Amino acid sequence: MSKLHTDREYENELNDLRSRLAMMAYEVQKMIQYAVLSLQKSDTKLAEEVILKDHEVNRHEVEMDDLCLVILARRQPLGADLRFVTIALKMVTDLERIGDLAVSIANRTLKLQKMPAIQIPGNILEMTHGVELMLQLAIESFLDADAVKAESVLEKDDRIDELYHQLFRTLLKEMARNESLIEPLVHIQSVAKWLERIGDHCTNLAELVVFMVRGENIRHMNHAKT
Amino acid sequence: MIKFEVKKLSAWYRDIKVLDGISMPILEQQVTAIIGPSGCGKSTFIRCLNRMHELSEGARLEGHVLLESQNIYAPKVDPVLLRRRVGMVFQKPNPFPHLSILDNVLSGLRLTRRPKNLEIAESALRKAALWEEVKDRLHKPGVSLSGGQQQRLCIARTLAVDPEVILMDEPCSALDPIATARIEDLIHELRKNYTIVIVTHSMQQAARVSNKTAFFLGGLLVEFSDTSQLFTSPKDTRTEDYITGKFG
Repeated sequence: MSKLHTDREYENELNDLRSRLAMMAYEVQKMIQYAVLSLQKSDTKLAEEVILKDHEVNRHEVEMDDLCLVILARRQPLGADLRFVTIALKMVTDLERIGDLAVSIANRTLKLQKMPAIQIPGNILEMTHGVELMLQLAIESFLDADAVKAESVLEKDDRIDELYHQLFRTLLKEMARNESLIEPLVHIQSVAKWLERIGDHCTNLAELVVFMVRGENIRHMNHAKT
Repeated sequence: MIKFEVKKLSAWYRDIKVLDGISMPILEQQVTAIIGPSGCGKSTFIRCLNRMHELSEGARLEGHVLLESQNIYAPKVDPVLLRRRVGMVFQKPNPFPHLSILDNVLSGLRLTRRPKNLEIAESALRKAALWEEVKDRLHKPGVSLSGGQQQRLCIARTLAVDPEVILMDEPCSALDPIATARIEDLIHELRKNYTIVIVTHSMQQAARVSNKTAFFLGGLLVEFSDTSQLFTSPKDTRTEDYITGKFG
């Protein structure tokens, strides 16, 4: 059993921060899922739900920032606690940006309504499943303080990048072949780019978890971001 | 450069072992903080560095303490002269109640038979960042000063004998936050010319003022490393548990 803080109120504050962060990650994960589903099904209602959900995520970001500042000011954490609170501040920012990217995808669902219908490429769906899994693993690794699991997230980002570059080339060929589809295909390319960016944010989250667990800063060491 | 080299130092009060095989260097013109829970041996440790430990009844020690490669426990070493090189500031400000501010500063000089010298007093009070506050009342009693000023007066008294090392045993524990900040600011200034070893219960204070930190537990040296390392990513789980305030 892991040791508890002597000050139980402090222990509760850290646990509160941990569960709020997990909740925010869960909401953001749903946003990605629903944003791509809305695109796939041309479901404007679902897309609007994603856009509305973003207000809630933004509110969480502000609340979590406040909570971290209060803990830093009142408790002056050290060691593992200091690493935990400082990475929580950074994780919140990454999660909020993932939420923004999901909103951008949902907005494309609304724009594509007025354009010729197109089939959503399989790479988009594979990228979506990939980044959802990356986010899931990043948050699990955070909750379990598992650096090995966090490292598995880093490996998965290479596949997301590969899928994006593959799709980019396919879309270019498609646009050259059929000029009437250029505009919707540009939107699809943007969606793919945002999914790739979500992968990068998940990588950031995982790198932060490695720092939290081992105190080792691995950012900008092995993974050149596109 | 190494100022003190402590090798396998163990200390006892009668049959109670309070230090157990401590080995660590203390670097010149650096601030070394000693942290740990009550009874871990941190005060005893610094009292071994200027041979004050042996003044307690039933106290003894084993091991070596080298000051610039010289064994301070060698028979030829005069403890009084050693304590002039290795001065000490205590937890509670302890100016001599019957002496003026000036005489308090010079009291160490008199004990070590050096001539009374106003210049030395002024220099020591300036180094202790107290001169501007007391220059017009040097003949007032030392105890007429505030707690924080009294502690700086005690630091001035230590500086007046021109030491190389200053040992500080929880020097701010009886002071308010402003007086504490003044002492900490002074420590930053003093470390340019002196080697400082500070015992503190405040981990935040250790983190603020020191270059190196040693964590003691049950008479053992658990971890000794750069302060920034020890307070962000300690290597030993016992250090981690102590600095994060955890119990089993």
